[in-house]
Amino acid sequence: MQITCPHCGPRAQAEFVYERTVDSVVPLDATPEEAMKTLFTRNNPRGVDEEIWRHTFGCRAWMVITRHRVTNEITAIRAVGPEAIP
Amino acid sequence: MERYSALSLLRGAFNGQKHWQPAWRDPEPKSHYDIIVIGGGGHGLATAYYLAKVHGLKNIAVLEKGYIGGGNTGRNTTIVRSNYRQAPLHNLFEFGLKMWEHLSDELNYNVMFSPRGSLTLGHSDADMTMLAQKGDAMRCDGIDAELMTRDQVTKFEPLLDMSRSARFPIEGAMIQRRGGTARHDAVAWGYARGADTLGVDIIQKCEVTGFVRDGDAVVGVETTRGRIGAGRVGICVAGHSGHVAGLAGLKLPIESQTLQAMVTEGVKPMLNSVIQTQSLHCYISQSDKGGIVFGGDPDNWPSYAQRGDPMIMERAIAQGLALVPALSRLRMVRTWSGVTDMSFDGSPIIGETPVQNLYLNGGWCYGGFKATPASGFTYAHTLATGKPHALNAPFSLDRFASGATIDENGSGPLPNSR
Repeated sequence: MQITCPHCGPRAQAEFVYERTVDSVVPLDATPEEAMKTLFTRNNPRGVDEEIWRHTFGCRAWMVITRHRVTNEITAIRAVGPEAIP
Repeated sequence: MERYSALSLLRGAFNGQKHWQPAWRDPEPKSHYDIIVIGGGGHGLATAYYLAKVHGLKNIAVLEKGYIGGGNTGRNTTIVRSNYRQAPLHNLFEFGLKMWEHLSDELNYNVMFSPRGSLTLGHSDADMTMLAQKGDAMRCDGIDAELMTRDQVTKFEPLLDMSRSARFPIEGAMIQRRGGTARHDAVAWGYARGADTLGVDIIQKCEVTGFVRDGDAVVGVETTRGRIGAGRVGICVAGHSGHVAGLAGLKLPIESQTLQAMVTEGVKPMLNSVIQTQSLHCYISQSDKGGIVFGGDPDNWPSYAQRGDPMIMERAIAQGLALVPALSRLRMVRTWSGVTDMSFDGSPIIGETPVQNLYLNGGWCYGGFKATPASGFTYAHTLATGKPHALNAPFSLDRFASGATIDENGSGPLPNSR
């Protein structure tokens, strides 16, 4: 798989590390029940999900990747700021 | 069903081997079953077998979207062992290991269980301390574990690189002598034949596409071969648990990842045991056919693709070659990958779900094959009685909310950190 980093351009997937899905970032004001659900459950679809990845072995920036989990087709990549990091 | 025996083979020799029958039927689905098991892998077939055998239930179906044993049962490294530190894990796997020891007799089907020893190498003082702790914990529960010195390891597995300049110097090891390997397909086929003989309908090419609900309760499944009613439904589709549970509106503490394995051309016997290590993540064993089987890390990101990243393969092979340099000239003939249910604490999830009549057996991460008999036996108990079995009770779905997670690696709440 090749991922186009918003800052560095197309790079091998080996340079990137998956973190978690966008919807599983626990808000700081979450109740314990909400935090548990957000942290511990996933849609895990056999289809498209929005994922947070990091260009760890490159520019180290975080990004959100919209990817199909069977075909690995990437339909969108956007850079994110510190607000997306838990 | 005719029993397989030396005598029946001999009789067959005189009548042109005409006595062979199909090992299981190919029935049309009925309109209703007392219990439906979704997933015709080793675990699902074992579950159905024990439902019929131990609980005397007659009206059971196993629904398989492809062909039986065609998922992760056919995509693992066939290692059987029970060398875990935490009691819930080693108790469950040990229960399974004891069943493996008699499984061929029980099923009248040769599962080729080969207890050649499961050797875990230690590469440092810290590794040896961890192995001693793990071995002590196992022995406290009556499970065999022995620490080996460097010299003992040298004698036991002579092809390991024992030089002091080795990339991963070997300080010693822990061995579980009763561990080993088994023939993956035979496990699925043996359980299928056993279950079919006891009246279980094994329905292949029948994918579940939805659940039929009556209020909060599940009362059947929608499939590619029509609607089938059910008293209780057991999900047993590890790798795709998230997908199938999603059809019932459930979100699970599971993320599906790819796990790769590979095998070399066949060579004469050169490895005596199943080699693992405390510090690396690499499994090496030799199949009965002679091929050297490698396994390693999962690809640490979600995927249902059943194909993985070559980098992960390279890492597993690099580790294997560093440990056993003699493997370097072998040619790799085949690689494959399965979709594993990576649970959030590294342990399986077995038991009831928030949906009435719907049960879950999944989250086996990269270690489900060895548990096949134990998983089937205890899940059958849960499906037949509606209550947890003593051995699967710790693996309930609600343990994440209560904080009673079973984290053997101690690596935290995300599956990609395993």
